[in-house]
Amino acid sequence: MSDREPIYLDYSATTPVDPRVAEKMIPYITEHYGNPASRSHPYGWTAEKAVENAREEVARLVNADPREIVWTSGATESNNLAIKGAANFYAATKGKHIITVSTEHKAVIDTVRELERQGFEATYLDPEPNGLIDLEKFKAAIRPDTVLASVMFVNNEIGVIQDITAIGNICRANNIIFHVDAAQATGKVVIDLETLPVDLMSFSAHKTYGPKGIGALYVRRKPRIRIEAQMHGGGHERGMRSGTLATHQIVAMGEAFRIAREEMAAENERIRMLRDRLLHGLQEIEETYVNGDLDHRVPHNLNISFNFVEGESLIMAVKDIAVSSGSACTSASLEPSYVLRALGRSDELAHSSIRFSIGRFTTQADVDYTIDLLKSKIGKLRELSPLWEMFKDGIDLSKVQWAAH
Amino acid sequence: MNTVYFDHNSTTALHPQVLEAMLPFMTAQHGNPTSRHVFGRNAREAIELARTQVANCVGVQASQVVFTASGTEANNFAIRGITGNLTPSQLLVSSIEHPCVTRPALALQTSGWQVKTIKVDQHGQVDLEHLSQLLQQPTGLISVMLANNETGSVQPLETITAMAKQHKAYVHTDAVQALGKVDVDFNALGVHAMTLSSHKIGGPLGAGALVLDKRVDIQPLLLGGGQEKGLRSGTENVAAIVGFGAACVIAQQQLVAYQGHTSQLRNQLEVGLHQLKATLFGANSHHRLPNTSFFAFTHIEGETLVTALDKARFAVASGSACSSDSTEPSHVLLAMGIEEDLARGAVRVSLNMQNTAQQIEAFLTTLAQEVKRLKAMTAIAA
Amino acid sequence: MAYSDKVLDHYENPRNVGSLDKNASNVGTGMVGAPACGDVMKLQIQVNEAGIIEDAKFKTYGCGSAIASSSLVTEWLKGKTLDQAAEIKNSAIAEELALPPVKIHCSVLAEDAIKAAVADLKSKQHGSKEAA
Repeated sequence: MSDREPIYLDYSATTPVDPRVAEKMIPYITEHYGNPASRSHPYGWTAEKAVENAREEVARLVNADPREIVWTSGATESNNLAIKGAANFYAATKGKHIITVSTEHKAVIDTVRELERQGFEATYLDPEPNGLIDLEKFKAAIRPDTVLASVMFVNNEIGVIQDITAIGNICRANNIIFHVDAAQATGKVVIDLETLPVDLMSFSAHKTYGPKGIGALYVRRKPRIRIEAQMHGGGHERGMRSGTLATHQIVAMGEAFRIAREEMAAENERIRMLRDRLLHGLQEIEETYVNGDLDHRVPHNLNISFNFVEGESLIMAVKDIAVSSGSACTSASLEPSYVLRALGRSDELAHSSIRFSIGRFTTQADVDYTIDLLKSKIGKLRELSPLWEMFKDGIDLSKVQWAAH
Repeated sequence: MNTVYFDHNSTTALHPQVLEAMLPFMTAQHGNPTSRHVFGRNAREAIELARTQVANCVGVQASQVVFTASGTEANNFAIRGITGNLTPSQLLVSSIEHPCVTRPALALQTSGWQVKTIKVDQHGQVDLEHLSQLLQQPTGLISVMLANNETGSVQPLETITAMAKQHKAYVHTDAVQALGKVDVDFNALGVHAMTLSSHKIGGPLGAGALVLDKRVDIQPLLLGGGQEKGLRSGTENVAAIVGFGAACVIAQQQLVAYQGHTSQLRNQLEVGLHQLKATLFGANSHHRLPNTSFFAFTHIEGETLVTALDKARFAVASGSACSSDSTEPSHVLLAMGIEEDLARGAVRVSLNMQNTAQQIEAFLTTLAQEVKRLKAMTAIAA
Repeated sequence: MAYSDKVLDHYENPRNVGSLDKNASNVGTGMVGAPACGDVMKLQIQVNEAGIIEDAKFKTYGCGSAIASSSLVTEWLKGKTLDQAAEIKNSAIAEELALPPVKIHCSVLAEDAIKAAVADLKSKQHGSKEAA
């Protein structure tokens, strides 16, 4: 066992803060303090100017108007605000039915469930086995009283990219408010809100080399989308979201999104090369299954199941690399990933999945080390596995009567 | 000359030791606390240490502390979350609450809650007789701030919770302005929920907390990944939470020194203000914060005076920062029965350990000149 | 998940991994758990003519605690009679390995595996006595 820090391959859980972002952020916490809503003294003015510059940077990455960007404490709050805010605002005029997808982040799923308790009805669409939504099934789920649809741009566990344009057009045609959780999409896919038929979109800083604790919600102005505020107070953010803003974090998010805009094209190519190297290396191991579509997928993600080894022991075996089994946000529970289950993966394959997420600071040496490590550890665990033994003996495991316990 | 900062009730500069505690979590220590690998575990440990530090500061167990992104969020969480599990009845808030208590309370009217305002007296303290009258009606929740941000008056929470107990009402207190300035003991106050904020005590923006009595059943405001035992979803702002914990340790250690230092400066200021014939608000309150002075000069607009002082490099506030977008007179002063014209003149000085007697002296000199100049202008206009 | 040093030791250096001839008359095999539950344990014991367990082997598909629980019991089983083996309680396994509450089921599974292996062996011996 080595004492050095594990190789970080968990960029979808959170990214390190880019040193350039930290450099820009730290002066705002040491030198320029002040409440941006406080107009009466220069500390406040400096803060407000920095906040507005950052708002412009966030808007530029997604080709939106800065006035369409509302700061929040993160994507979870953005998702809660967008879904509860729009559903409650439009329920009286449009209806009380919501469409979402069973592979959404918990922040979307649990928010929709809460609305169900308050009298809304919801449809949770299952994606196809490749993780993508069948547009015909989406259309079929629409009802006359459908008020809102929420579909994530890029899935956090399997990295698949939904056809947001097509889904958005269907929503437009049916007069449905369309929310998109883009926490995993910024800096990875091109987002052009001038052309995308999306009404509300959630962003997070800490998935794109910014700090934790800051995010944003895009709220379309033309045609104007209204949301009911979920946090009341001093009326910051044009009344949509109250609470004193963390200037240094906002500045950092702006810088992180600026870097993403300028560097994403080149960065994605480099990361795709690394991911493909990892994929090919791991596919040399027998009985591996890639989860989620490989074509409609961000280059950063590889989610792969190793048959006949158990997930937790696998994580223990690979502790020299920092990876995730399922989403970071649900890994406290011992349940197999609900996302992989929704794809129709067996519990065993869901249990034995690893999400490798590659990022800005991953090197080719990291990838090569990971491939070697997995080859050796999977071999060892399979030596230990009665299932592997049975498989090698030609026994069809699906026909075995397992003793329940 | 640098601007002298006299607006510490609005936000405080980050304490150097707090920054030191935070820096690793703003750079190298980047794990998501939910992750099980070493990056995640380090972040988790840091959060749990901070939770203990915050808990110690108000005399509770760590498990009673739920971290939020701000005091505003904690107040919204308390009001919405506690009422969410109760049958609608009466909800009482004092007339001097911050909008982030009053507005979520008013929003509950659509769900059947009767929201009523508890009056305050001329010193800015809750009128206990009025509260007693209001409590004749079934009441689910009472929210009264521990210390007012504008006048600095400290409210008689022990008495309020004793009264509430007889009527089986929950009590929430917004203790954002009290923390670090007066002794805050959750159990002694007898409250069920208490809001705290990091950036008012030398910690960073981006962290707050709701401290809860374990018997309180509360609904989360933010749903999702189930962080904070399901009470506050969303990836934790590790650096800010670490900073909040560090700030609580310092606040606790320096409380006595803080009270001595700021009250001495405040008294020096108020002697000068009396000589300049200022009207002081809340200065005769039974119990007040040591660092806050709220005053006005007749016929001088607060905004005008603040701007003039700003040019002379003194940062003070007119009313509270959160409502300074508007030119409405302070709702706190109106609730105290202060006339609108005088209330419009209100200016707040709020001090901290960094302020000095020399600054107060210089401020009083400048203030005397500005008041004289502005009064002369008013006289010409009249 | 924080594992105890003992769990880590068994996980890193599992004892008695392997298989015995499941058709041999002096070998009892217990297979418990299900892949869908995340754990499958195969435990085998081999007795000598005096009825003492002289060898034990395991293979486990499961988390570190499940691997450690089965590795530990293979050590404990050697030298015991079948009746003594059947008396091994999950609580003793859990205590020895300092398993956290969420991992107690791993020790239960190990106890079940012992019981299943003993039962398998007894039924074989019973069957062979009847045939004799």
